[in-house]
Amino acid sequence: MKNQRLQRVLVTSASSLLAVFVALCICAVILLITGKDPIQAYSTLFGAAGDIKVLQGTLNRATPLMISAAAVAIGFKMNLFNIGVEGQMRVALLATAVAGAAVDLPAPLHILFCLVVAMATGAIWAAFAGWLKVKRGVNEVISTIMLNFVALSLVAWAFDSFFTADSAPGVLLVKTKELPPSAWFPDIVDRRLNGMFFIAVLVLVLFYVLVWKTKFGFQLRASGANAGAARVTGVNPKRMVMISMLMSGALAGLVGMRALLGDVHAYQNNLAEQQGFNGIAVALLGRNHPLGIFISALLFGYLGEASGRLQLEDIPKEITTIMTGIIVLAVVIINEAVKRWDDKRIQHKAALALATRVVAQ
Amino acid sequence: MKFLQTFSVARRTIFLSLGFMMVLSVVRLITNANDITSSGTISSTLRVATPILLAGLAGLWAERVGIVNIGIEGMMIIGTWFGGYGAWKWGSWAGIALAIFAGSLVGLLHALATVRFNVNHVVSGIAINILAAGATEYLSIIFFKGQKGGGESQSPTGKGGYGEFDMPFLTGGRVGSWRSPDILGWIERKHDLPLLPDLAGFARGLLSDVYVPTLLAIALVPLTGYILWRTRFGLRLRSSGESPQAGESLGVPINRLRYQAMAVSGGLAGFAGAYLSCVFTSTYRQGQTGGQGYIGLATTIFGNWNPFGVLRGAILFGFPTALKFRDEKNVPALLLVVAIVLVVVAIISFTRQKQILAMGLLFGSALSATTYFLVDEVPQEFVAATPYIVTILVLVGAQQQLRPPAHAGAAYRAGENH
Repeated sequence: MKNQRLQRVLVTSASSLLAVFVALCICAVILLITGKDPIQAYSTLFGAAGDIKVLQGTLNRATPLMISAAAVAIGFKMNLFNIGVEGQMRVALLATAVAGAAVDLPAPLHILFCLVVAMATGAIWAAFAGWLKVKRGVNEVISTIMLNFVALSLVAWAFDSFFTADSAPGVLLVKTKELPPSAWFPDIVDRRLNGMFFIAVLVLVLFYVLVWKTKFGFQLRASGANAGAARVTGVNPKRMVMISMLMSGALAGLVGMRALLGDVHAYQNNLAEQQGFNGIAVALLGRNHPLGIFISALLFGYLGEASGRLQLEDIPKEITTIMTGIIVLAVVIINEAVKRWDDKRIQHKAALALATRVVAQ
Repeated sequence: MKFLQTFSVARRTIFLSLGFMMVLSVVRLITNANDITSSGTISSTLRVATPILLAGLAGLWAERVGIVNIGIEGMMIIGTWFGGYGAWKWGSWAGIALAIFAGSLVGLLHALATVRFNVNHVVSGIAINILAAGATEYLSIIFFKGQKGGGESQSPTGKGGYGEFDMPFLTGGRVGSWRSPDILGWIERKHDLPLLPDLAGFARGLLSDVYVPTLLAIALVPLTGYILWRTRFGLRLRSSGESPQAGESLGVPINRLRYQAMAVSGGLAGFAGAYLSCVFTSTYRQGQTGGQGYIGLATTIFGNWNPFGVLRGAILFGFPTALKFRDEKNVPALLLVVAIVLVVVAIISFTRQKQILAMGLLFGSALSATTYFLVDEVPQEFVAATPYIVTILVLVGAQQQLRPPAHAGAAYRAGENH
């Protein structure tokens, strides 16, 4: 039993590693075709790992990725696609920026207040999609995509019309009223690594406990593995959809908090942009497991942080975006292939065992 | 039977648009917003709607064969880039051809992942969107940076040459070198009459200053209807979207059809992208698609997976944007249009014993009308969000009427279900 489990873990991590390796190879070919030197590119890219500043930046960039990947993964666990993390995050960002600036509280409470507001608004926005699925049978992929764009427009409109603060003359960047310092999330390393990193790790730990150590988590995984069987044993699928959507939305609300509470301290356009979407890639590479998510978030964070160095060597840093796309595609293809191979292997083993028994008789 | 249904949809489209024209005409007379039915607005609607229509058809071809295509946006992005590149090197038509080719390659990639490797359709689509965004940014730096007029995020100006079309005698098109009279234009300027100038404006908008690629895109609507509902190929293709196991048991080559349909889908999305970068404008710009691939996806749903429905959706979704382009002041008149349309729908649902729905619609109508009298302008963000909100409302309210292909998005492997 123990041995089998170890085997599965090894196979899983090997296939994820293989996906990354395949992506590196394909990107090397792309670099070669476009007249860049892949060896130089990769030695620059991975040579940056020796720099402590790059590593701090990696953790900082990994922070929102871990949270958004957890938000996506909690849905994935029951085959529920929350593509709307980006929109939920955006709604939560503006709501928190406005609410946080409006109240006056002592430091730890103020931060807590902000986090709660963010989680609540994210959950409310996600609840729309949950409600649509539960009550009207609307596919959550479609509804969350649509709600993303509605959120984008709604937030842009509300921000432009009501919440822009008067900026100093000569400053072109429009922001909301700045949060008071009591709501600032403290940095671990000044301007390089924000304390939200610990919150992200905490989220992953809680994610693990919730999904693998509680009754709810069992029901969640059961619904994902075999919805019919789960329903028969008394799991209410609608309730599960609603709860996991709300949780996913609450986490989505937290995604932008490193940028808001830890960095800019006010809402502005493009704040934390794409971080909700990128979580999908991280969750896929991490196979929806907290540890996998942690490692993949570090990888993507590192690629983002170190890609700047490529510019100096006259290699477009966008190669890392291509890499991300290929990794996602490669990881799902390889997983599927490995699963088939594994199925075949087990079938073969079972057939062999049966055959020997028949022969023995 | 299916074929008859497509045609009844075509007829319904005509009736609906006539009814809609009457509403617009009434609103025009009330509000004096003459631009809402002017030929300029109609032709600009066509221009705005073309990429949405093409993206919608891309979604239709994919879903009809049973594959959900979230990657339309990515395929469009690829299309904008290759369109921009082709237009810069050789001209617009070359750009469109190149984009269609590149788009269908990406479509085939999606098919490879979903058919050959059985990857979840949504996941593969997301990967394609990421990949397309990264690839075009990378390619721009390699090919466009440092060129005259080009840069890291945009292509040099294209050569153009896509051609425009004016109908002779009705809209003042040229016959040889002689400029024929503009009869519809003359009627259109008689603003005091009801309906007549609106119809003239509508017809003139459809027949004057039309980009040839737009004509091509519109021609693809009946062509798609014909191929999918009247040919053996189409029947088989749809069987793959409805019940691949049944098709397979009759010897239909499901997997091959899926590759073919995805190549078409990708090509259409590539065309949609190229339209943006070498017809609608003359340069590729990063982020040019701005989510229109997703509007296309919405249009597929709104159009009930039917080509004429997709056309209707594309025009409906393009109209507010076109109106905004013409003159911001006209947009509030749309609120009145919405109010009247909602009252009509409320009456219909009342006769169908759906009192609660009718009351809701009346409430919405009153809300819309009140807003019209209270505001002077509609924020552009609301115009931008309209297609998405409408699609959600359609999914909420008209779920029963929607008939998606039964097997779209479901996992399928050949030879597994015997």
